[in-house]
Amino acid sequence: MIGPVRYWREIPQRYRYEAARCSGCGKVFFPPRLVCNACRGREFKPVILPQAGTLETFTIIRVAPTGFEDQAPYAVGVVRLADSVKVTAQIVDCDLETLATGQKLRLEFRKVQQDGASGVLCYGYKFVPA
Amino acid sequence: MREVAVIGVGMNKWGELWEKSHRRIWTEAALAAVDDAGVDRVDAMYVGCMSGGLFVGQEHLGALLADELGMGPIPGTRVESACASGGLAFRQAYLAVAAGAHDIVLATGVEKMTDVDGGAATYALSTAADQEYECYQGITFPGLYAMMARVHMERYGTTRRQLADVAVKNHAHGMFNDLAQFRMKVTAEQVMGSAAVADPLRLLDCSPITDGAAAVVLCPLEMARKLSKQPAVRVAASAHATDRIALHERDDMADLASTRHAAALAYKQAGIGPKDLSFCEVHDCFTIAEILVIEALGLVPRGKGGAAAGSGLTALGGTIPVNPSGGLKSKGHPVGATGIAQIREAVLQLRGEAGKRQVPKARWGLTQNMGGTGASTVVHIFERALGRKR
Repeated sequence: MIGPVRYWREIPQRYRYEAARCSGCGKVFFPPRLVCNACRGREFKPVILPQAGTLETFTIIRVAPTGFEDQAPYAVGVVRLADSVKVTAQIVDCDLETLATGQKLRLEFRKVQQDGASGVLCYGYKFVPA
Repeated sequence: MREVAVIGVGMNKWGELWEKSHRRIWTEAALAAVDDAGVDRVDAMYVGCMSGGLFVGQEHLGALLADELGMGPIPGTRVESACASGGLAFRQAYLAVAAGAHDIVLATGVEKMTDVDGGAATYALSTAADQEYECYQGITFPGLYAMMARVHMERYGTTRRQLADVAVKNHAHGMFNDLAQFRMKVTAEQVMGSAAVADPLRLLDCSPITDGAAAVVLCPLEMARKLSKQPAVRVAASAHATDRIALHERDDMADLASTRHAAALAYKQAGIGPKDLSFCEVHDCFTIAEILVIEALGLVPRGKGGAAAGSGLTALGGTIPVNPSGGLKSKGHPVGATGIAQIREAVLQLRGEAGKRQVPKARWGLTQNMGGTGASTVVHIFERALGRKR
């Protein structure tokens, strides 16, 4: 269950794609962390994730987890954002039969799931073919 | 540090055990191990369990199960590292004996997974992934391994048939294991024709939902002959390593870095290399997992794991048999118990008591147990204690 407070806490990342760049070595973290796992630096500058990406790997979910049943089948992939981090997200508005790694994608703000019949409507990022 | 031996093993028949409770399953295996060792006391015990809370609504397992064991107010500790909980429980028991804190220690694992429906079980298992940045997006565990499989297939040319060959091999091995959940042969065609779960993985690429437990008894090697009539099996290495929990945070999504690191540490401790091993028990939660693991253990070069099962290299009778027990695929995967059951198999093999699945002249055995998509791995190496007879 995703309660409203837990959901609210992640809004900077899910609505605004806020990441952090290590002031010491330049590595980008999404979500932001307190310590850089590359150089152990503790100073970061906020950055916004780029919205263009490339599909590195993906799957078609046929047996969906609770809360996603009505969306199946759907594609989930790992997308490398331009010169930045990789993220896991759904690939939508695409042909599941011809989807392929290397596909150029663009990040869009979408509804992701619904927490039961009366819970939070959960939004975030998904990707569409560029 | 003291040298440590395993002097007793226990396990019950695994499967959908409707008539047996979580504590009953555990106690059967624990008593079997105590009886096998022939000891009349246990000084401390460790319980590997991934999610008593989500599967049966029961936490506080150290106390609950110590009481069930009936050996007094001994310290009971529950250990959790997702699907590597059992392997890590063994490692804690090993460290306690090696350090001199306790002499006779019971290392156990248990999971009762069928009291909840499939959706709840899938949710419980998914807690081993990053809840906010993986599961939130609608990915499942088969989906995460499917994405690892696609990287391996596209980069190294691993085929759909080669994934199926892993299931075929492990089910063939499981035919010789009377405690296995699915003692049945499968063909590559059956695997490739089974229901699609998360492309390219299908139902028969996945290990099952299982109720089960396993237990082993450890003691200092020098006390083994006095405490037990069983031939002692020496713990030659114990290693544990971690990695990023989210698959997308790893530089190479087809490299099980935690397994690679733990294996390197274990080989160094044991003073042997992969070519010295007689057999391995590895974490084949999905067919692709065994392929990735045997590469990370150095049994085959990087990218060459796909052909190993079909060529017979990793089958019983091959150069390096992998999962003679049937693996998670055939034996079943009660997540917290899996790591301990792997060690039970290693001990039976090194005692020469593995029956029709016995690896001839087995001397060195390795067990590899991992959590999530490989964010934690525990590797142990065992040696037949030479010159110690019944």
